[in-house]
Amino acid sequence: MIPAAFDYARPASVDDAVRVLADAGEDAKVLAGGQSLMPLLRLRLAIPDALVDVGRIGALREIRDDGDALVIGAMATHHQVIRDPLVREHAPLIAAAAETVADPAVRHRGTFGGSLAHADPAGDLPAVALALDAVFLVRSVRGEREIPATEFFVDWMTSAMEPDELLVGVRVPKPGPGWGVHYEKFHRTAQAWAIVGVACAVRRNGGAIEEARVALTNMGPAPVRADGVENAVRGRPVSEDSFRSAAEHATEGTEPPGDLHGSPEYRSHLATVLTSRALAAAAV
Amino acid sequence: MPRIRVEVDGATYEDDVEPRLLLVHYLRERLGKVGTPVGCDTSNCGACTVLMDGMSVKSCSVLAVQADGSDVTTVEGLGIDGTTHPMQRAFHEEHALQCGYCTPGMIMASLDLLRENADPSETEVREGLEGNLCRCTGYQNIVKAVRRAAKEMREPAGQEVTP
Repeated sequence: MIPAAFDYARPASVDDAVRVLADAGEDAKVLAGGQSLMPLLRLRLAIPDALVDVGRIGALREIRDDGDALVIGAMATHHQVIRDPLVREHAPLIAAAAETVADPAVRHRGTFGGSLAHADPAGDLPAVALALDAVFLVRSVRGEREIPATEFFVDWMTSAMEPDELLVGVRVPKPGPGWGVHYEKFHRTAQAWAIVGVACAVRRNGGAIEEARVALTNMGPAPVRADGVENAVRGRPVSEDSFRSAAEHATEGTEPPGDLHGSPEYRSHLATVLTSRALAAAAV
Repeated sequence: MPRIRVEVDGATYEDDVEPRLLLVHYLRERLGKVGTPVGCDTSNCGACTVLMDGMSVKSCSVLAVQADGSDVTTVEGLGIDGTTHPMQRAFHEEHALQCGYCTPGMIMASLDLLRENADPSETEVREGLEGNLCRCTGYQNIVKAVRRAAKEMREPAGQEVTP
């Protein structure tokens, strides 16, 4: 199908982009890599009045070291993020999850910030951002503000950003040494969304788990932090038994959807099994 | 209407395009590059894969205006003066197609894979082509063809070193 007609703007800087967004009103959409938006436009599930293409704002593609954190530009592509030495060193969970996003052609265009701003609970990166306590850097003509990951994902495909705001980057705290990470995803084909995904980071102290961070993909209208699992595994010995019993808490506070890929009961079962696997893989 | 300038298969084009025009429709309907087919319409199948500035993209998921200033290579840009590219030859020789609908996308995605990995294992070929669907072949011969082409592109015929 052909997308409905829209106005198109290609601002050259962040300042220009937020001015265009402020003038464009509520029915404008930001076009980042377009890999989620374009199918929606083609199926006419989205019919925006205007697209603001931020693809030519080079500054938004930068990934930089900011002392105790990394700042990943919103327009860094998945392809770029996966290969970036700073990301691989300080946020390997992001690289691990980005590697599972769709396929190489989509990863060439699709962006880190775009997939977060899209706020699809079945997307892989929102749960990762939540597990890593990322902070979202947002700009508008009214100024800049920071939104913690716990407040960013509001509801199904709804973020805490206002229509005139642009995600410019994400600050990811460096976790320090001793962390193992894993992203466990269950899906049928490369392009299919995760039926359930588990983002997991674990810090070991010898034979025990000192701290764990776990967040779930597609177990509700927004990504969910699995606090119950994190508390249950803290201080436990590194063993299959510990992981399996902690993973029993994975469904606490979740509202898994039912669709043609799986019922809520099936997703709950998957979340338990995948959480146990993710803990084990991260703790290696 | 925005004006775009693109290089496609070695020739430069300047055109006024509606913002909603997709790259694949620009290639097919404006430039007559019908070697790039439209498959699924939703970026699942990879049939419309082309190279944009050397990297694979699904041309049904890129607007023509986004390609402004880019260098695009379609499957039609591979053979020069009636010759075939080693990847095209390998697909032919290994019988890596039946209906042929996925083939242009398979070939372009395979070239993208070899850009980063000149000697992919069978698993790496399968992962590299995960965004391209073939409903005929079962992929076996496609994987063989990509590895055969990779070998030929590493060691062009006549330059093989005999032990």
